[in-house]
Amino acid sequence: MSHTTVLSVDDLTVTVGTRRGPVRAVAGVSWQVRPGETFALVGESGSGKSMTLLAATGLAPRAATVTGRVRLLDTELTALPDDRRRKVRGRHVGFVFQDPMTSLNPVLPVGRQVTEAAEEHLGLTRRAARDRAVELLELVGIPSAARRVDAYPHQFSGGMRQRVAIAMALACEPDLLIADEPTTALDVTTQAQIIELVADLQARLGTAVVWVTHDLGVVAGIADTVAVMYGGRIVEQGPVDAVFDAPTHPYTRALLAARPDPSRRGEDLVAIPGSPPSPLDLPPGCAFWPRCPVRADPRCEHELPPLTTVGDGHTVRTFYRGEAG
Amino acid sequence: MARFVLRRVLQSAVVLVGVTLVVFLLLQLVPGDPVRVALGTRFDPQTYEALRERAGLDQPLPVQYASYLGHALTGDLGVSFRTGQPVSQIVLERLPATLSLAVTAVVFALLVAFPLGIVAAVRSGSAVDHAARVFSQFGVSVPDFWMGIMGILLFAGVLGWLPPSGYVALTDDPGRWATHVALPAVTVGLVTASILTRFIRSSVLEVLSADYVRTAEAKGLRSRVVILRHVLRNALIPVVTVVAVQLASLLGGVIVIEVLFAWPGIGRLTFDAVQARDYPVLQGAVLLVAALFLLVNLLVDILYARLDPRITVK
Repeated sequence: MSHTTVLSVDDLTVTVGTRRGPVRAVAGVSWQVRPGETFALVGESGSGKSMTLLAATGLAPRAATVTGRVRLLDTELTALPDDRRRKVRGRHVGFVFQDPMTSLNPVLPVGRQVTEAAEEHLGLTRRAARDRAVELLELVGIPSAARRVDAYPHQFSGGMRQRVAIAMALACEPDLLIADEPTTALDVTTQAQIIELVADLQARLGTAVVWVTHDLGVVAGIADTVAVMYGGRIVEQGPVDAVFDAPTHPYTRALLAARPDPSRRGEDLVAIPGSPPSPLDLPPGCAFWPRCPVRADPRCEHELPPLTTVGDGHTVRTFYRGEAG
Repeated sequence: MARFVLRRVLQSAVVLVGVTLVVFLLLQLVPGDPVRVALGTRFDPQTYEALRERAGLDQPLPVQYASYLGHALTGDLGVSFRTGQPVSQIVLERLPATLSLAVTAVVFALLVAFPLGIVAAVRSGSAVDHAARVFSQFGVSVPDFWMGIMGILLFAGVLGWLPPSGYVALTDDPGRWATHVALPAVTVGLVTASILTRFIRSSVLEVLSADYVRTAEAKGLRSRVVILRHVLRNALIPVVTVVAVQLASLLGGVIVIEVLFAWPGIGRLTFDAVQARDYPVLQGAVLLVAALFLLVNLLVDILYARLDPRITVK
């Protein structure tokens, strides 16, 4: 298959009905994932990164209204009825969620969970599915997979469960793997193993990966493209090298500056003062304005900055253009 | 597994002994003299003393209790003050009636509550959900004896489809048993169904928001598969307990309903025994009910381990 993009999201907006009125969780975001690439979606909790992905794949909660266009390979997902979208999603997209302690069904053997998607979408028989489950569990590095295929999730450690979840996501050999903060709930050494595993599998299988995270270290290590979200919008997007070498949006700069730096041992850690805006009460201009340490261009306060190209594939949503001189 | 059952049976035996002690002591507090009631107008001091002596009621309480317990261990629960029949025989005779009523009522309740509770949860906020809420509100708030009377009036009186009361053993005539059990079972079952509907709805609703259900949806499974394979098995675990408690309490005899429908079960027996101060029969009935309760609990624990792999029976 030769597609220029695996997933293409165009002007996606998600409005969630709440008791205190409709809340715009995602406001017109656009991005593409190319075959085989790793696309990182970065932002604080509540910035809209998970909602963007759930809405794009038809998994948004019932209370949410989704507009915009989403294209998966050759299929316009947003135009499909639920049932067709379900099939396309299950066949071509694999998901790994944040918490492996809760994302696996506690009363179903892991092998069954790993391959039920393949039974549904590829028509595998129960017997073939079982062999495939062992194969997949071996692929993600579960020791004595043939024996453990009938074990239940509670018989695995957190890291092993996340491996099971990855095996599950790969069951239909998807074109796209969506990993929604898959290492947040794990301890640091396990995190590194999981990141390595996904990178390795991606290299072997050629799967495109969307990696949702707030860990910029991970982004620098594995991603090709990064999009930084704040207040439901993408504030800066581009090739990882460009964004990390020349961050333009004050939020991106603040995030990068907030990374702990071993050479500044003993000094206070840098933090961004304040907290993210409530989606119920977004500022009229740039959502980051109330916390912005730069505030160099007063237009940012009242006027929504347009997405502007500042380099090759590097776009940013601010009027600010970097320190003079 | 065998060791688990054995241990639980031994534990149950200890509980049963405790039950006998409590019942024995409670009966001492009940006003009224059983021998006097049994004699009625035939009362004369000599017969009275003789009967008291024969029943062992002239002995000190600890001796009475020890003697009762000793006999009970051999299956001898004494004889009825009123009829002189062995108590064990009396209570066991009543068991089939209560058993068939309780089981029919619970089966009816499950058939109503499962589909209703699941649909109400999956389509929460829909018309079905509201209807389910009204139904269960109605079921738990309307007294069962009133519902029973209305049932008799409508189905036996106006329509004449069902007999108003009475009991035919299942083994004697299954067809006539069914027509007789229908009204009391539905009356009792409606209350159980109401409680279960609410419980199943909230249990399913809780599981629906679990992460692993989102995982199942992400896989693109059909919603029927998601509900049956992922939601239901998990939602069922807490429901089993409620079903068991309901069944156990019905096995204890539904006194009002059994009296209303002239249903010769344990509840009716208990009622008559209390009225007649027939202590041995009352003790026997309570003992049987306690034993049934413990048995149901044991079965539930075993069922739990089968439903939830995280629980191992050791």
